[in-house]
Amino acid sequence: MTVTQAAFKAAMLDPMSAVPTGILNPDGKPASKRFDVYRNNVAVGLSDALEAAFPVVRKLVGDEFFRAMAGVYLRQHPPKTPLMMFYGDAMPGFLARFKPTQSFSYLPDIARIELAMRHAYHAADAAPIAAEALTALAPDALMGVRLRIAPATHVVSSNYPIHAIYRANTEPSAPKPVMRPEAVMIARKGFDPTLHPINGAAANCIAALKDGATLGQTIASADDSLDLGAVLGLLLAQGAVTEIY
Amino acid sequence: MFDAIQNPTLPPCPGVGYKAQHYRDIMDHPGPLGWLEVHAENYMGDGGRPIAQLRHLAERFPISVHGVGLSIGGEGALDGDHLARLKHLISWLNPASFSEHLAWSTHDSHFYNDLLPLPYTTQTLDRVASHINQVQDTIGRPMLLENPSSYLAFTESTMSETDFLHALTRRTGCGLLLDVNNVFVSATNLKTSPQAYIDAFPLAAVGEIHLGGHDEDEDETGAPLLIDSHGKAVVDPVWSLLDYTLAKCGPKPLLIEWDTDVPEWTVLSEEIARADRALAMVAS
Repeated sequence: MTVTQAAFKAAMLDPMSAVPTGILNPDGKPASKRFDVYRNNVAVGLSDALEAAFPVVRKLVGDEFFRAMAGVYLRQHPPKTPLMMFYGDAMPGFLARFKPTQSFSYLPDIARIELAMRHAYHAADAAPIAAEALTALAPDALMGVRLRIAPATHVVSSNYPIHAIYRANTEPSAPKPVMRPEAVMIARKGFDPTLHPINGAAANCIAALKDGATLGQTIASADDSLDLGAVLGLLLAQGAVTEIY
Repeated sequence: MFDAIQNPTLPPCPGVGYKAQHYRDIMDHPGPLGWLEVHAENYMGDGGRPIAQLRHLAERFPISVHGVGLSIGGEGALDGDHLARLKHLISWLNPASFSEHLAWSTHDSHFYNDLLPLPYTTQTLDRVASHINQVQDTIGRPMLLENPSSYLAFTESTMSETDFLHALTRRTGCGLLLDVNNVFVSATNLKTSPQAYIDAFPLAAVGEIHLGGHDEDEDETGAPLLIDSHGKAVVDPVWSLLDYTLAKCGPKPLLIEWDTDVPEWTVLSEEIARADRALAMVAS
């Protein structure tokens, strides 16, 4: 009796299904509790990875809820690569669709922040340019240049106060969130990613710079809530500009 | 083809599975620690602290890279992207050793993060041998293959695990990583003799030994069911089985594996010291 890996996998992910025929304990009897070792290892291993990846989402929904939700997630979205440090990339979309979390409209954006922090932690090292290299440019020349943004730099924009919610769940005496749209930049100066509140216009500007827009183009497509000087100051201070081109 | 015995590069002394929280202790108080093992997949990001730490550690200690994600026992082809990541890691780090498991973990492009078992047949032997050859050709060096922890048996198996491993070493030139705790766990679970397993094991191909802790449970018949957890101290019967093994094969690079509920460095140091004494006993 051949046990295909497809049959093994299907039974492993469905605790209610029978153990595939052809798998026995040493006495020649069906090995159900022994097969459960694999069921348990896989579910616990993947749930643990999700808990490690999304501590703030977990705190917001509660440990027990998160564990149950992880059991659903891992069956719908098993990892696509063996790089467990990036497991959970589908979590924002899952949280938006999953019925019990649909009313927590800010959760997907919190998950996006946590994913961005993870990716920032493992991103390629990149040497920043000195601020003078940019400030030395004449205003006309400045508008025509593009900035290479460090790979650890990410932005997340939301209709919800995601920075305040994130802080309230990671810092002991953070202020209470007030309902309003918020955006954040994640950057990594050294080895530890940090979170910086920015406005929506700044988030769009940084995203456009990452995509290769010139400084002039980012201004042309922005409304007057964009303070380009402040955005550049933040990027330079966080070591997030690696080249002018 | 490679010669598994050429390049015995890890020193025959205690090593430990590296955990970032022990970085400072390892640098400041290594004791008899002679080398470190890291999980390949944890160092396949593009940069940041993990890679920087590994570069520092590699300046001081021989490194063993231990993969958990290649799915060498998988029915499907090996993941080309993952092989490329492994090749990159091996090429910049130039570790003393690379090892993986006799197990599968990926099916239909999904990775299940566990070491899943395979039956031992001529068909699975062909498949595993071809995957090992592909890995060795990709990284340009022989690898070590680790014996698994078994919880159950396949009716379709036609050969013993030790015969299967022996055949693989002959066909691919790979070496073996002998996990003595896995031998004890499997023998208990399958009601066989752990000493007989060691007697039948191709010890000449062993390039590294693993020791770790396991959990104790029972199956539905009340029979003991040991689970390889790497979350506890090594138990006395496993230390005895280690002594039995070392008496037959001589000193080997000997790793303490502790991956879950990782303790303080002082606790791990005691395990390392005990591993050092076991090696010293057989060396003298």
